[in-house]
Amino acid sequence: MAVVTPVVPPTRRNVELALLLLAIAVAGAAYAIVGLAVEGAVPQDFWLVSGGLALLVLVVHGVLRWRAPYADPVMLPIATVINGLGLVVIHRLDLAHHFNGSTSLATRQLMWSAIGIACAVFVLVAVRDHRALARYTYTAMIVGFGLLLLPLLPGIGREIRGARIWIGLGPLSFQPGEIAKILLALFFAGYLVTARDSLSLVGRRILGLQLPRGRDLGPILVAWLASLGVLVFESDLGTSLLFFGLFVAVLYVATERTSWIVIGMLLFAGGAFAAWTLFSHVQLRVDIWLHPFDPQNVDRAFQPIQGWFGMASGGLLGTGLGQGRPDLVPFAQSDFIVAAIGEELGLTGIFALLVLYGMLVERGLRTAVGVRDGFGKLLAAGLSFSVALQVFVVVGGVTRLIPLTGLTAPFLAYGGSSLVSNWIVVALLLRISDSARRPPESVTAPTTEVPQVVAA
Amino acid sequence: MNTPLRRLSAVVTVLFLALFASATSIQFVQASSLNAHPGNARTVYKQYSRERGPIVAGNTVLASSKPVDDLYKYLRTYPSGPLYAHVTGYYSAVFGSATGVEAAANAYLNGTADQLFYRRISDLLTGRQPKGASVELTVDPAVQQAASEALGNQKGAVVALDPKTGAILAMVSAPTYDPNTLATHSRAKAERAYKRLLADPDRPLDNRAIAGRLYPPGSTFKLITSATALSTGRYNPDTLIPGPAELPLPQTTITLPNDDRQPCGPGGQVTLLNALRISCNTAFGNLGMTLGADALSQQAAKFGFGRTLQVPLTVTPSAFPQNMNKAQVAQASIGQFDVRVTPLQVAMVAAGIANGGVVMQPYLVKRIRSSELDTISETQPTQFSTAVTPEVASQLTTMMESVVQSGTGTNAQISGVRVAGKTGTAQTAKGSPPLAWFTAFAPADDPKIAVAVVVEDGGTYGEAASGGRVAAPIARKVMEAVVGK
Repeated sequence: MAVVTPVVPPTRRNVELALLLLAIAVAGAAYAIVGLAVEGAVPQDFWLVSGGLALLVLVVHGVLRWRAPYADPVMLPIATVINGLGLVVIHRLDLAHHFNGSTSLATRQLMWSAIGIACAVFVLVAVRDHRALARYTYTAMIVGFGLLLLPLLPGIGREIRGARIWIGLGPLSFQPGEIAKILLALFFAGYLVTARDSLSLVGRRILGLQLPRGRDLGPILVAWLASLGVLVFESDLGTSLLFFGLFVAVLYVATERTSWIVIGMLLFAGGAFAAWTLFSHVQLRVDIWLHPFDPQNVDRAFQPIQGWFGMASGGLLGTGLGQGRPDLVPFAQSDFIVAAIGEELGLTGIFALLVLYGMLVERGLRTAVGVRDGFGKLLAAGLSFSVALQVFVVVGGVTRLIPLTGLTAPFLAYGGSSLVSNWIVVALLLRISDSARRPPESVTAPTTEVPQVVAA
Repeated sequence: MNTPLRRLSAVVTVLFLALFASATSIQFVQASSLNAHPGNARTVYKQYSRERGPIVAGNTVLASSKPVDDLYKYLRTYPSGPLYAHVTGYYSAVFGSATGVEAAANAYLNGTADQLFYRRISDLLTGRQPKGASVELTVDPAVQQAASEALGNQKGAVVALDPKTGAILAMVSAPTYDPNTLATHSRAKAERAYKRLLADPDRPLDNRAIAGRLYPPGSTFKLITSATALSTGRYNPDTLIPGPAELPLPQTTITLPNDDRQPCGPGGQVTLLNALRISCNTAFGNLGMTLGADALSQQAAKFGFGRTLQVPLTVTPSAFPQNMNKAQVAQASIGQFDVRVTPLQVAMVAAGIANGGVVMQPYLVKRIRSSELDTISETQPTQFSTAVTPEVASQLTTMMESVVQSGTGTNAQISGVRVAGKTGTAQTAKGSPPLAWFTAFAPADDPKIAVAVVVEDGGTYGEAASGGRVAAPIARKVMEAVVGK
């Protein structure tokens, strides 16, 4: 503790570069394998596509060296490899469906990847200090809730496969909830960092739980009602679970009161049960989940059942890329891309994917632990947890752990809104992680090597 | 705020562990039951989209898998479809069914046979797309072609065997069908074709050679009656036996007449050789009654009657009736009453005689080769039965040669080649044209081919048909494909 020479932590950008090259190599190899398996030759545009992806992420890497040198070195490679793998699987499905040229979904996904990465670069360049975002707390709230409820507007709201979580503008459709996720994480962080003191005041103590005061229940009730509204009117358990879970998690981190979690879970379970009792379309979704093979559900459960058949045929090691039949699953490129991976890369591939997601989330939570300001902590925690919840809801839906939802796997699934939003999430986490690991500007007399965060 | 963050991290871990568990549940725990689920089209596609091995005969490809751009990936095609239809059968992905060699050798063709186990393991490890083995048949395309052309548009069947090995050289059943129409991946087209074939009164889907409705063998059965007699040791080809114009049948008012209502020899006596040469009904009816049903039945069984055969296509057993009265035995002795045979069985009788009395096990699959053309298995000829002694076989050969030289089967003569044969003309129903039979082998001194020909409804001759007139020329053309050049 007597060391007075300032310790400048390594930036670890070279580690990131090495991991990035590995990520690009993995995605590129997967692309070549698909070509070899399906068409018997390495794709003609192999160098163009893998070079293009490499160029895109290396630009981000360059921006990080320039603008966020202390940022976490693992997040960008993980996002890259998952995005690359998603492109490969979508390309593989293109081949099976004979989509090419203007119908190629992989080409569009590559374009959206470029847009997402451009947005990430924009965030890294424009947001010099994440604390500046706290100023937009209430703007984020208004726009966030607005986006969340936008699909309910007649005219532009679209119901796709039972979930009304899309808006359509001409030929384009968009999941506004994906962007709302970021804005609401921002709002929850900004709001709770100021309201945490009052919300953590204790009221009565029941059964060992220190319950909050009754008057402080307002915010959680609002969030609860909003999420129930999503469940009932947009008919999507996933989106509902994502927002309420996000709120409760950030609330818990902010207040350190376990009672909020218990209250939150009780509210959600009660609300979901009530929705199930009251609304026939919610009952239908639950029935499909519980009894997919019953005759009355044969048509409605067709997609998940085909997904399970695909995953079962993949077994432990998978059929190999390009050698299964993921094209038999409707919407394998979006809702069921995880099933396509389970089929062709096997349970091993699913585990690897989950480990990658888990590492991304844990890196985000570690950032939350490391960053010094409360807003940054809550924002990093909220964003990371939202990724975790989304993966849980999507993979849980595909593997029948929970009812199927309309959300899609981050970075992996086909869809512009999802890609753009998740690249922004990673950019924000990178930005926060930079300030978490960056040595203080004035290095006159740090007393400890590790920035110590004062536990509130 | 770090303590709740660490707990949140634990919550994330729990959520992910649940995902590991649920993914394991689908892909490992429930995998086999999901794969076996009746609604799982994927399993069907997987089975039908494997590249099946070809079926070949000599240098001719009878069936092959052509890559196509649809759910099943490979279309089974039969380049000379109708000619080999009853041998290859058809392989229908849309019906999920197969017949013929396609069904009988399916495990080899689709690569799932036990002998291909190590290859499958290496396919798995190397990621090589599994391919089925190729099945090489014994069929000689020249013989098959000759048989099909000789039969023309008459209904019936031709079977040709190599008497020394049992190899099936030709198997023709007419009318035939085009297996390509059933192998198509268009369900509508396949169903239409199948319904049309099922509704056809001529039953083109039947393989008449081995498994159609069985035929009465007519006078070809006299070979078995002769064999029974000679095997007793009490008869030789020159033994005189009664051959009157009409044979009174015991305990009935009817008689068994000769076709020409004349005695078969001076004084109603005829040698056994001449009786066969001119196909004397009364002589063989009487001889059969003398020998008895049991002796005839045992001799028939030695040639293969009553035994199920897999060549590997399943052959319907031929039948010799039991519990007959004397009159029925007389009729059975000339191949009437309830004697029922497959053309293959008749060919086996000729082949057994040709091969010194030893009937060889008939077989259709010569060799199985892996997709890398290594031989996986090769059929070794095996003895099916010893039907008669070499001496009896030689006596029967002499008698059969006389049939072709100067008897009912002169239409089967091939210049420069000794041909042994026997005609048959069987009544199926009153008023309908007869069945014309001919069975033969050649060369008589060194047999290379044994053949059985049956033509339904008198063929092109109608009421005037006889085995010698209708079937013998066909048998000659088939034998010429092997010995005539």
